Amino acid sequence: MSEVRKVLFAPIMNNNPIALQILGICSALAVTSSLSVSLVMAIALTLVTAFSNFFIAIIRNHIPSSIRIIVQMIVIASLVIVVDQILKAYAFEISKQLSVFVGLIITNCIVMGRAEAYAMKNPPGMSFIDGIGNGLGYSAMLLVVGFFRELLGAGKLFGVEIFQTVQNGGWYQPNGLMLLPPSAFFVIGLVIWALRSWKTDQVEAPDFKIAANSRVQEAH
Amino acid sequence: MGLRKVLDDMEPHFHTGGKYENWYALYEAVDTIFYRPSSVTKASSHVRDAVDMKRIMILVWMCTFPAMFFGMYNIGFQANTAMEAMGVASPDTWRHSIIGALSGYSAASLWDNMIYGALHFLPVYLVTFIVGGFWEVLFAAVRKHEVNEGFFVTSILFALSLPATIPLWQVALGITFGVVLAKEVFGGTGKNFLNPALAGRAFLFFAYPASMSGDAVWTAVDGFSGATALSQLAADGVAGLSVAWSDAFFGFVQGSMGETSTFAILIGGGALLVMRIAAWRIVAGVFLGMLGVSVLFNLIGSDTNPMFATPWYWHLVLGGFAFGMMYMATDPVSASMTNTGKWFYGALIGIMVVLIRVVNPAYPEGMMLAILFANLFSPFIDHFVVQANIKRRKARNV
Repeated sequence: MSEVRKVLFAPIMNNNPIALQILGICSALAVTSSLSVSLVMAIALTLVTAFSNFFIAIIRNHIPSSIRIIVQMIVIASLVIVVDQILKAYAFEISKQLSVFVGLIITNCIVMGRAEAYAMKNPPGMSFIDGIGNGLGYSAMLLVVGFFRELLGAGKLFGVEIFQTVQNGGWYQPNGLMLLPPSAFFVIGLVIWALRSWKTDQVEAPDFKIAANSRVQEAH
Repeated sequence: MGLRKVLDDMEPHFHTGGKYENWYALYEAVDTIFYRPSSVTKASSHVRDAVDMKRIMILVWMCTFPAMFFGMYNIGFQANTAMEAMGVASPDTWRHSIIGALSGYSAASLWDNMIYGALHFLPVYLVTFIVGGFWEVLFAAVRKHEVNEGFFVTSILFALSLPATIPLWQVALGITFGVVLAKEVFGGTGKNFLNPALAGRAFLFFAYPASMSGDAVWTAVDGFSGATALSQLAADGVAGLSVAWSDAFFGFVQGSMGETSTFAILIGGGALLVMRIAAWRIVAGVFLGMLGVSVLFNLIGSDTNPMFATPWYWHLVLGGFAFGMMYMATDPVSASMTNTGKWFYGALIGIMVVLIRVVNPAYPEGMMLAILFANLFSPFIDHFVVQANIKRRKARNV
C-alpha cells in the first residue's frame, strides 16, 4: 500500500513534474491565465496521462523497442482526440479558450515521459496510478499558478470578483503582465524557489563554484 | 583620523559572534564609501588600481546628473507651459502647498520649473532608493555578500527612465522586480544577465501600460494629453512633428524624466567615455546600427508607414535612444565582454531599436526592448567571438 501511496503522492511535492523535472512548461505558461481553464486543462492532462500509461502498460511486452515512441504516440494521440471531442461537446467555451493546447497534450513531455519511463516497465494498475499521480503534480502547479495569475491579473478567482478593480469603481489596479504568458515563468520560478527552500534535497549541485573571498581583517 | 577610529571601534561588533553580525553587509558598505576596502587578493597575480567597482559606480551615478537636473527642469517647464495653455492656475495636489511656499508656476522661471520637477522626481527616486535598498541589504545580509554600489546606478537609471506621473506604489513594485527577480535571484551584482533597471521598467511597462505609455502620462499635469514626438512620427512622419530638432536635441520635449535631453546625456555619457567606464565600442555599435538601418529604411521607403522616412538624426534625439545608448547599453555586466563582441552587441541594439520603432505598430518606442533583447544575446555573442579566436589561433599553429 505504501508503494501505491508513494507513486500517487510523490509527484505532488517531492518529484513535481513541473517544479523538479521542468516538463510540460509550455502548457503551464499558456493556459494558466484563468483558474477555470487551468482546472479543465489539469483534469484533461491527468486523464490522458493515466489512461495512456494504462494502455501502454498493457501492451508493453508486445511493443518492438525500435518503434515504441510511435506506438506510444498513437495511443496518446487517440486519447487526446477523445478528450478534445468531449470538451467540444460538453464545455465548448472552455474548449475555445484552451484552443490548440488540448491538441498539444500529445506533445506534452509529462505524458511521453511517464509512458517511456514508467509504463514501459510496470504493470497496468501501477502505471495508471502513476499517471494519476503525475497528473496531480501537474494540476497542483497549474492551479497555484492560475490562482496567482487570475487573482493579480484580473482580481478574480473562477471568474468571481475578489478584488474590486479600478475599472469597476474599486481600488485594485490589475497587473496586466499577469495576464501575459511570461508571467507564468516568474510565478513558476518563485514557486520552485519556495519549494526548494523548503525541501532542500531538490536543490541541484552548482555547475561551478566561485572561489572564496579572502578577507583579511587586520590589514588597513 | 576620527572617522576611521569610530568605524574601527565599531567593527568587532559586526564580525561573526558580535552583537550585530547579521548587519555586517551594511557596515561594510558604509566603511568602503569612506575608505578603500581592507581585503586584499592573495592568490594569483593581479593589477592594483585606485579604481574599484564602488568608485566606478559612483562615477556613473554622478555622470547621470546633467540628465537628471535637466530632467527636473524640463518636467517643470513642460508642466508649467501646459498649465498656461490649459488655463489652470495650479495643480490640486499636495505638491501645491510646497510649490506655493517656495516658488510659482511660471514656465519662464528656471527656479519655478526646477522646484516643480524636483517635487516629481525626488519622491520617485526616494521610493526607488528605499525599496530597492531594502531588498539589496536584505539579500546581502541573508546571503552574506556585500551591499553593492551597482544599486546606486540601477536606482537612478530606473527613476530617470520613468514618466513623471508614475504612481509611487508602481515605482516600488518595479524596482522590487528589477532588484529581486532580475538580479538577486541570479546571485547578485555581476551575475545578472539583464539590466536590472530596464527589467524593472519593462515589468511596469507590461503590467501597467496605462501609466507607462500613451499620450497622457508624459507631462505632469492632470488631464493634459499630448502625443509624444515618436507617436507623431508614427502617425504622420517628420511633417507631423510639432517640435523642432534643436528642441528635441536640447530636451525641451515631453518624455521620461531623464531621457529628453540628448545634449545633457552626451555631456554625462561623454565623461563616461573619456574615463573609459562606458565602452566606446558599444556606444559606437549602437549608433552605427541605428544609422545603418534607418538609412536602409529611408532608401526602401513605404507608402503606408511614414516611420520609414524618419532620418537617423531624428531617431537619435527622440525617445530614450541617447539615454539607453549611453547609460543602459553600456552596463558592464549585461553587455558583451569581448571587444569584438561589443561591436556586435551594440549594433544589435541599434538595429533592433529602429526595427521596433519603424516596423512594429504596437510600440512607438523600442529602446528598452532592444537593449533587453541584446542583453539576452550578449553571452552568445561572446561565445562566438571566443570560439573564432580559438579557431584563428589553431589555424596559425598547424
